[in-house]
Amino acid sequence: MIDLQNICRHFQMGDQEVRALDQIDVHIESGEYVSIMGPSGSGKSTLLNVLGLLDRPTAGTYLLDGRETTSLDDEELAHTRARKIGFIFQSFHLIPRLTAFENVELPLVLAGVAPEVRRPRVQELLASLSLESRAKHRPNELSGGQRQRVAIARAMVMQPAVLLADEPTGNLDHISGAEVLAAIEGLNARGITLLVVTHDAEVAQRARRHIRMRDGKVVEDAT
Amino acid sequence: MLLLAMSIGVAAVIALTSLGEGARRYVADEFQALGTRMIIVIPGRSETGGVSPGMLSGETPRDLTLSDALAVQRLPGVARVAPLVVGSAPASVGALEREAPVMGSSSELMPVHGFVLARGDFLPPGDLSRDTAVAVIGNNIARELFPGREAIGGNLRIGDRRFRVVGVLADQGRMIGMDSQELIIVPVSAAQALFNTESLFRLLIQAHTRDDMTRVRDATIEAIKLRHQGEEDVTVITQDALLSTFDRIFTALTLTLAGIASISLAVAGVLIMNVMLVSVSQRTSEVGLLKAIGATRGQITALFLTEAILLSVAGAIAGMAVGFGVDWVVGNIYPSLPLNPPVWAIVMALVVAILSGVVFGLMPARRASRLDPVAALAGRR
Ligand SMILES: Nc1ncnc2c1ncn2[C@@H]1O[C@H](COP(=O)(O)OP(=O)(O)OP(=O)(O)O)[C@@H](O)[C@H]1O
Ligand SMILES: [Mg+2]
Repeated sequence: MIDLQNICRHFQMGDQEVRALDQIDVHIESGEYVSIMGPSGSGKSTLLNVLGLLDRPTAGTYLLDGRETTSLDDEELAHTRARKIGFIFQSFHLIPRLTAFENVELPLVLAGVAPEVRRPRVQELLASLSLESRAKHRPNELSGGQRQRVAIARAMVMQPAVLLADEPTGNLDHISGAEVLAAIEGLNARGITLLVVTHDAEVAQRARRHIRMRDGKVVEDAT
Repeated sequence: MLLLAMSIGVAAVIALTSLGEGARRYVADEFQALGTRMIIVIPGRSETGGVSPGMLSGETPRDLTLSDALAVQRLPGVARVAPLVVGSAPASVGALEREAPVMGSSSELMPVHGFVLARGDFLPPGDLSRDTAVAVIGNNIARELFPGREAIGGNLRIGDRRFRVVGVLADQGRMIGMDSQELIIVPVSAAQALFNTESLFRLLIQAHTRDDMTRVRDATIEAIKLRHQGEEDVTVITQDALLSTFDRIFTALTLTLAGIASISLAVAGVLIMNVMLVSVSQRTSEVGLLKAIGATRGQITALFLTEAILLSVAGAIAGMAVGFGVDWVVGNIYPSLPLNPPVWAIVMALVVAILSGVVFGLMPARRASRLDPVAALAGRR
């Protein structure tokens, strides 16, 4: 499913080179549940961005579903992101002017899906995340946990193969965090490949595979 | 701020151009009312060739007379000639009396000038020098001097002379500054006797066709010069020449006004660009998110461009409302001004508004679409 070979991502900071990712080799099968831990600045987010095709590696090859991605142009990357990858972020990144429903609907709109197809799909997703009563609310009228669940619904609405979560519970209290985890684990149980970056060992423990990073390198990869 | 600028721009275009057009049409209509194919002979020579105040008041170095009119009548290309003597005299019926403008002319005045009768007849055709004691009167004169009874057939005293009323003019509003409701028309020789003068105020000539106009004008000047001991002491103006001069002046005026208004539109465009740039930088992380959920560069450009266009069109519509509002107010103050913005001005204002939305929105939109998704998500640019 995901095959990283010798991936490097270097940033040039003045005359200093920061090796955010330093020769990473990782292989992830479809349906896996992986946690990624490591100290701040170890390259976790950079890894997730590369996996999500938001960032291009400086060197190495990245095969997604057997397809080489480093040679794709921006347009193809955007389309691949739209179809295969769902993101959730620590800070939710909902659009404040849109309702929960509209936020979830957005990827479908961008993909040109017809309104009559969009509507039931969004409704069904919101219902599965116990958000049906919040469909018409704007993000500022929702709790943190509800916002993150809206973000999950948005990530799932295009039925991607991979869900990338960068500290999804980082801004949430314990109970909301547990709800969000339960939601994404439910998706994983139905087959989606799940990668969760976290600082919380308790959260990380729930995954079946644990990757630990330090200074841009994978220092531990245990199941 | 932005909407305001755009509104002001469009409002200015609409209001200013319709004022310019309105003024032009007002003058054009006024001249059209003079009748068609008309050539006007004015005693006195205008040195500048323009319309000088002395000329309009009819100062006469050498008089224009009825025999001049008869001579002109015989020229080729001339269809009709109507001499004009104008003055003011007391008009009375029994004990009722009022001061009224009196116009002395011939039966030809009606077709040349485009007068319309409400009822009765106009001046009878015939010898210009014959002094028939008949009069055609305006509606108001008829009402005031013959209250409650038919004016036609009635006797009317003007100055120390008696006239029989043969016709009543229809209400045509103002015609060359004279209210057709307040007018008395009598045969030219009667008017000459009344005002004790030989000279004419004007000579109105109607050419057979439009193409004859220049020929008739030149021939008229020649003929009168010949009769006036070789001195060219009259001014001859054609309706067309006057009209086209005014037309040019007012078109230039309208264009200038439109130009001024367009500058304010351009200013609005620059403001749009600023607003959009601010909006893009404020929404950097939104752009990042859109990219994360699979929006292409084209989609993001289109999104911001649409927003810019919507903004400018909203401004344009607001501006039109204001512009039409101004027209409406001015139209109420000056009801005689036909105040409709020319269609081209409305279209131009809209097109310029949309164009400035596109032109000035494109740069910010492209900037948004080129943002690096990772940096944008972090709110960095
Ligand atoms: N755009 C950038 N320009 C320069 N350096 C960067 C950039 N993005 C990341 N880095 C550097 O790359 C390294 C890895 O950053 P990354 O954000 O992946 O860390 P992280 O593991 O996610 O940390 P945290 O736990 O704090 O989120 C850091 O040293 C960071 O300073
Ligand atoms: Mg991070």
